[in-house]
Amino acid sequence: MTASTIRPAPVRRSIVVKASLERAFEVFTAGFDRWWPKTHSVGAASQKRALMELKAGGRWYEVGEDGSQTQWGEVMVWEPPHRLVLVWSVDADWNYDPGLHTEVEVRFTPEGDGVRVDLEHRNLEAYGERAEQVRAKIDNPNGWGGLLRMFAAEAEL
Amino acid sequence: MTNVTSALAAIADPTRRQVFERLAAGPRSVGELARGLPVSRPAVSQHLKVLKEAGLVADRAEGTRRVYEIDPHGLGALRAWLDQFWGDALAAFKAEVEKDPE
Repeated sequence: MTASTIRPAPVRRSIVVKASLERAFEVFTAGFDRWWPKTHSVGAASQKRALMELKAGGRWYEVGEDGSQTQWGEVMVWEPPHRLVLVWSVDADWNYDPGLHTEVEVRFTPEGDGVRVDLEHRNLEAYGERAEQVRAKIDNPNGWGGLLRMFAAEAEL
Repeated sequence: MTNVTSALAAIADPTRRQVFERLAAGPRSVGELARGLPVSRPAVSQHLKVLKEAGLVADRAEGTRRVYEIDPHGLGALRAWLDQFWGDALAAFKAEVEKDPE
Protein backbone atom coordinates (compact mmCIF):
# COMPACT_ATOMS: atom_id res chain seq x y z
CA MET A 1 0.00 0.00 0.00
CA THR A 2 1.97 2.96 -1.26
CA ALA A 3 -0.84 5.50 -1.14
CA SER A 4 -1.53 4.79 2.50
CA THR A 5 -1.78 8.35 3.74
CA ILE A 6 -5.35 8.35 5.00
CA ARG A 7 -5.69 6.70 8.35
CA PRO A 8 -8.73 6.92 10.53
CA ALA A 9 -7.83 8.85 13.67
CA PRO A 10 -7.63 6.68 16.78
CA VAL A 11 -10.56 6.64 19.15
CA ARG A 12 -9.48 8.32 22.39
CA ARG A 13 -11.34 8.36 25.68
CA SER A 14 -10.18 9.54 29.09
CA ILE A 15 -11.62 9.31 32.56
CA VAL A 16 -10.43 10.36 36.03
CA VAL A 17 -10.99 7.92 38.88
CA LYS A 18 -10.54 8.48 42.61
CA ALA A 19 -8.10 5.72 43.46
CA SER A 20 -4.39 5.08 43.83
CA LEU A 21 -2.34 4.32 40.74
CA GLU A 22 -1.80 0.74 41.85
CA ARG A 23 -5.47 0.15 42.57
CA ALA A 24 -6.59 1.62 39.25
CA PHE A 25 -4.24 -0.64 37.32
CA GLU A 26 -5.14 -3.66 39.42
CA VAL A 27 -8.89 -3.22 39.00
CA PHE A 28 -8.53 -2.59 35.27
CA THR A 29 -6.52 -5.78 34.70
CA ALA A 30 -6.87 -8.44 37.43
CA GLY A 31 -10.35 -7.10 38.18
CA PHE A 32 -11.35 -6.84 34.52
CA ASP A 33 -14.26 -9.22 35.01
CA ARG A 34 -15.66 -7.09 37.84
CA TRP A 35 -16.43 -4.09 35.66
CA TRP A 36 -16.49 -5.08 31.98
CA PRO A 37 -20.10 -4.65 30.74
CA LYS A 38 -21.68 -8.07 30.15
CA THR A 39 -23.40 -6.57 27.09
CA HIS A 40 -19.97 -6.18 25.45
CA SER A 41 -19.78 -9.87 24.63
CA VAL A 42 -18.01 -11.53 21.71
CA GLY A 43 -18.76 -15.23 22.02
CA ALA A 44 -21.85 -17.08 20.82
CA ALA A 45 -22.84 -18.00 24.38
CA SER A 46 -23.76 -15.18 26.73
CA GLN A 47 -20.78 -13.90 28.64
CA LYS A 48 -20.06 -15.21 32.11
CA ARG A 49 -16.58 -13.85 32.66
CA ALA A 50 -14.17 -11.55 30.79
CA LEU A 51 -10.50 -12.08 31.57
CA MET A 52 -6.95 -11.22 30.67
CA GLU A 53 -3.79 -13.10 31.60
CA LEU A 54 -1.59 -10.71 33.55
CA LYS A 55 1.58 -10.80 31.46
CA ALA A 56 2.87 -9.78 28.05
CA GLY A 57 1.68 -12.39 25.56
CA GLY A 58 -1.21 -13.39 27.80
CA ARG A 59 -4.62 -14.10 26.36
CA TRP A 60 -7.55 -11.69 26.51
CA TYR A 61 -10.76 -13.68 26.34
CA GLU A 62 -14.21 -14.38 27.66
CA VAL A 63 -15.85 -17.45 29.13
CA GLY A 64 -19.45 -18.13 28.18
CA GLU A 65 -22.24 -19.43 30.42
CA ASP A 66 -21.75 -22.81 28.72
CA GLY A 67 -18.04 -22.87 29.60
CA SER A 68 -16.84 -22.09 26.08
CA GLN A 69 -13.92 -19.69 25.68
CA THR A 70 -13.75 -16.99 23.03
CA GLN A 71 -10.53 -15.11 22.46
CA TRP A 72 -10.60 -11.34 21.93
CA GLY A 73 -6.88 -10.73 21.48
CA GLU A 74 -3.87 -10.60 23.75
CA VAL A 75 -1.77 -8.54 26.12
CA MET A 76 0.97 -6.90 24.05
CA VAL A 77 2.64 -4.58 26.59
CA TRP A 78 2.48 -5.17 30.33
CA GLU A 79 3.96 -2.28 32.37
CA PRO A 80 2.19 -2.10 35.74
CA PRO A 81 1.03 0.27 37.08
CA HIS A 82 1.45 2.80 34.25
CA ARG A 83 0.74 1.28 30.88
CA LEU A 84 -1.03 -1.58 29.14
CA VAL A 85 -1.37 -2.33 25.42
CA LEU A 86 -3.91 -4.89 24.31
CA VAL A 87 -4.41 -6.36 20.85
CA TRP A 88 -8.09 -6.28 19.91
CA SER A 89 -8.82 -8.86 17.18
CA VAL A 90 -12.60 -8.72 17.11
CA ASP A 91 -14.10 -7.99 13.72
CA ALA A 92 -17.18 -5.99 12.87
CA ASP A 93 -19.38 -9.08 13.12
CA TRP A 94 -18.13 -9.77 16.64
CA ASN A 95 -15.96 -12.71 15.70
CA TYR A 96 -12.38 -13.32 16.77
CA ASP A 97 -10.08 -12.91 13.77
CA PRO A 98 -6.40 -13.56 14.59
CA GLY A 99 -5.44 -11.75 11.35
CA LEU A 100 -7.03 -8.53 12.57
CA HIS A 101 -4.61 -6.42 14.60
CA THR A 102 -5.91 -3.28 16.25
CA GLU A 103 -4.37 -1.92 19.44
CA VAL A 104 -5.89 -0.58 22.63
CA GLU A 105 -3.39 1.35 24.75
CA VAL A 106 -4.33 2.28 28.29
CA ARG A 107 -2.21 4.73 30.31
CA PHE A 108 -2.57 5.42 34.02
CA THR A 109 -1.28 8.82 35.24
CA PRO A 110 -1.59 10.33 38.75
CA GLU A 111 -3.71 13.47 38.67
CA GLY A 112 -4.70 15.34 41.82
CA ASP A 113 -5.88 12.77 44.35
CA GLY A 114 -6.82 10.32 41.63
CA VAL A 115 -5.67 8.73 38.40
CA ARG A 116 -6.33 9.76 34.83
CA VAL A 117 -6.96 6.80 32.55
CA ASP A 118 -6.31 7.50 28.87
CA LEU A 119 -7.52 4.89 26.40
CA GLU A 120 -6.57 4.90 22.73
CA HIS A 121 -7.94 2.39 20.20
CA ARG A 122 -5.74 2.63 17.10
CA ASN A 123 -4.81 0.87 13.83
CA LEU A 124 -8.46 1.13 12.88
CA GLU A 125 -7.46 1.01 9.21
CA ALA A 126 -6.82 -2.71 9.84
CA TYR A 127 -10.60 -3.23 9.60
CA GLY A 128 -10.52 -1.92 6.05
CA GLU A 129 -7.35 -3.76 5.04
CA ARG A 130 -8.76 -7.01 6.38
CA ALA A 131 -11.95 -6.51 4.41
CA GLU A 132 -9.80 -5.94 1.32
CA GLN A 133 -7.97 -9.25 1.86
CA VAL A 134 -11.27 -11.06 2.21
CA ARG A 135 -12.52 -9.40 -0.97
CA ALA A 136 -9.45 -10.57 -2.91
CA LYS A 137 -10.20 -14.14 -1.85
CA ILE A 138 -13.83 -14.00 -2.76
CA ASP A 139 -13.21 -12.57 -6.26
CA ASN A 140 -16.73 -11.26 -6.40
CA PRO A 141 -17.85 -10.59 -10.02
CA ASN A 142 -20.02 -7.75 -8.82
CA GLY A 143 -17.00 -5.93 -7.46
CA TRP A 144 -16.90 -3.67 -4.51
CA GLY A 145 -20.44 -2.42 -4.49
CA GLY A 146 -21.83 -5.94 -4.37
CA LEU A 147 -19.44 -7.02 -1.66
CA LEU A 148 -20.23 -4.04 0.53
CA ARG A 149 -23.94 -4.75 0.20
CA MET A 150 -23.37 -8.37 1.24
CA PHE A 151 -21.22 -7.15 4.07
CA ALA A 152 -23.88 -4.72 5.20
CA ALA A 153 -26.63 -7.34 5.02
CA GLU A 154 -24.53 -9.77 7.07
CA ALA A 155 -23.50 -7.20 9.67
CA GLU A 156 -27.08 -6.10 10.20
CA LEU A 157 -28.41 -9.59 10.94
CA MET B 1 -21.18 -1.14 13.12
CA THR B 2 -22.02 -1.49 9.44
CA ASN B 3 -21.21 2.14 8.67
CA VAL B 4 -17.81 1.86 10.28
CA THR B 5 -16.96 -1.28 8.32
CA SER B 6 -18.19 0.09 5.01
CA ALA B 7 -16.28 3.32 5.43
CA LEU B 8 -13.05 1.62 6.43
CA ALA B 9 -13.38 -0.94 3.66
CA ALA B 10 -14.07 1.82 1.15
CA ILE B 11 -10.77 3.59 1.78
CA ALA B 12 -8.73 0.38 1.95
CA ASP B 13 -8.38 0.41 -1.85
CA PRO B 14 -5.34 2.56 -2.84
CA THR B 15 -6.96 4.14 -5.91
CA ARG B 16 -10.12 4.89 -4.03
CA ARG B 17 -8.04 6.48 -1.30
CA GLN B 18 -6.40 8.71 -3.93
CA VAL B 19 -9.83 9.78 -5.15
CA PHE B 20 -10.83 10.51 -1.59
CA GLU B 21 -7.64 12.50 -0.93
CA ARG B 22 -8.24 14.66 -4.00
CA LEU B 23 -11.70 15.43 -2.70
CA ALA B 24 -10.17 16.40 0.64
CA ALA B 25 -8.55 19.32 -1.21
CA GLY B 26 -11.95 20.54 -2.41
CA PRO B 27 -15.04 19.61 -4.47
CA ARG B 28 -14.29 18.12 -7.91
CA SER B 29 -16.17 16.75 -10.91
CA VAL B 30 -15.52 13.23 -12.23
CA GLY B 31 -13.53 14.66 -15.12
CA GLU B 32 -11.33 16.74 -12.83
CA LEU B 33 -10.74 13.72 -10.61
CA ALA B 34 -9.86 11.44 -13.53
CA ARG B 35 -7.21 13.85 -14.82
CA GLY B 36 -3.92 12.93 -13.19
CA LEU B 37 -5.15 9.53 -12.02
CA PRO B 38 -4.00 6.40 -13.88
CA VAL B 39 -7.56 5.10 -14.19
CA SER B 40 -10.41 5.68 -16.63
CA ARG B 41 -13.29 8.03 -16.04
CA PRO B 42 -15.81 5.18 -15.64
CA ALA B 43 -13.47 3.64 -13.04
CA VAL B 44 -13.41 6.91 -11.12
CA SER B 45 -17.21 6.99 -11.27
CA GLN B 46 -17.32 3.49 -9.85
CA HIS B 47 -14.97 4.45 -6.99
CA LEU B 48 -17.11 7.50 -6.24
CA LYS B 49 -20.19 5.28 -6.10
CA VAL B 50 -18.58 3.07 -3.46
CA LEU B 51 -17.38 6.07 -1.44
CA LYS B 52 -20.87 7.50 -1.63
CA GLU B 53 -22.50 4.25 -0.48
CA ALA B 54 -20.08 4.15 2.44
CA GLY B 55 -21.22 7.62 3.46
CA LEU B 56 -17.84 9.23 2.88
CA VAL B 57 -18.69 11.30 -0.19
CA ALA B 58 -21.71 13.34 -1.23
CA ASP B 59 -22.60 14.70 -4.65
CA ARG B 60 -24.64 17.64 -5.92
CA ALA B 61 -25.60 19.12 -9.27
CA GLU B 62 -23.78 22.30 -10.25
CA GLY B 63 -25.28 23.56 -13.51
CA THR B 64 -24.93 20.74 -16.02
CA ARG B 65 -22.23 18.87 -14.16
CA ARG B 66 -22.14 16.79 -11.01
CA VAL B 67 -19.69 17.76 -8.28
CA TYR B 68 -18.42 15.43 -5.56
CA GLU B 69 -17.23 16.42 -2.10
CA ILE B 70 -16.36 14.83 1.21
CA ASP B 71 -19.33 14.16 3.46
CA PRO B 72 -18.32 15.35 6.94
CA HIS B 73 -21.08 13.31 8.58
CA GLY B 74 -19.67 10.09 7.13
CA LEU B 75 -16.26 10.74 8.66
CA GLY B 76 -17.82 11.32 12.04
CA ALA B 77 -19.87 8.13 11.88
CA LEU B 78 -16.70 6.17 11.18
CA ARG B 79 -15.58 6.34 14.78
CA ALA B 80 -18.78 7.08 16.66
CA TRP B 81 -19.53 3.46 17.38
CA LEU B 82 -16.14 2.64 18.97
CA ASP B 83 -16.21 5.92 20.85
CA GLN B 84 -19.48 4.93 22.49
CA PHE B 85 -18.24 1.40 23.16
CA TRP B 86 -15.11 2.51 25.06
CA GLY B 87 -16.98 5.33 26.76
CA ASP B 88 -19.42 2.82 28.27
CA ALA B 89 -16.57 0.51 29.29
CA LEU B 90 -14.60 3.27 31.05
CA ALA B 91 -17.70 4.50 32.87
CA ALA B 92 -18.23 0.97 34.21
CA PHE B 93 -14.57 0.81 35.21
CA LYS B 94 -14.84 4.09 37.12
CA ALA B 95 -17.90 2.85 39.02
CA GLU B 96 -16.03 -0.31 40.07
CA VAL B 97 -12.71 1.28 41.01
CA GLU B 98 -14.39 3.93 43.17
CA LYS B 99 -16.34 1.40 45.22
CA ASP B 100 -15.16 1.14 48.84
CA PRO B 101 -11.56 -0.11 48.70
CA GLU B 102 -11.24 -3.57 50.11
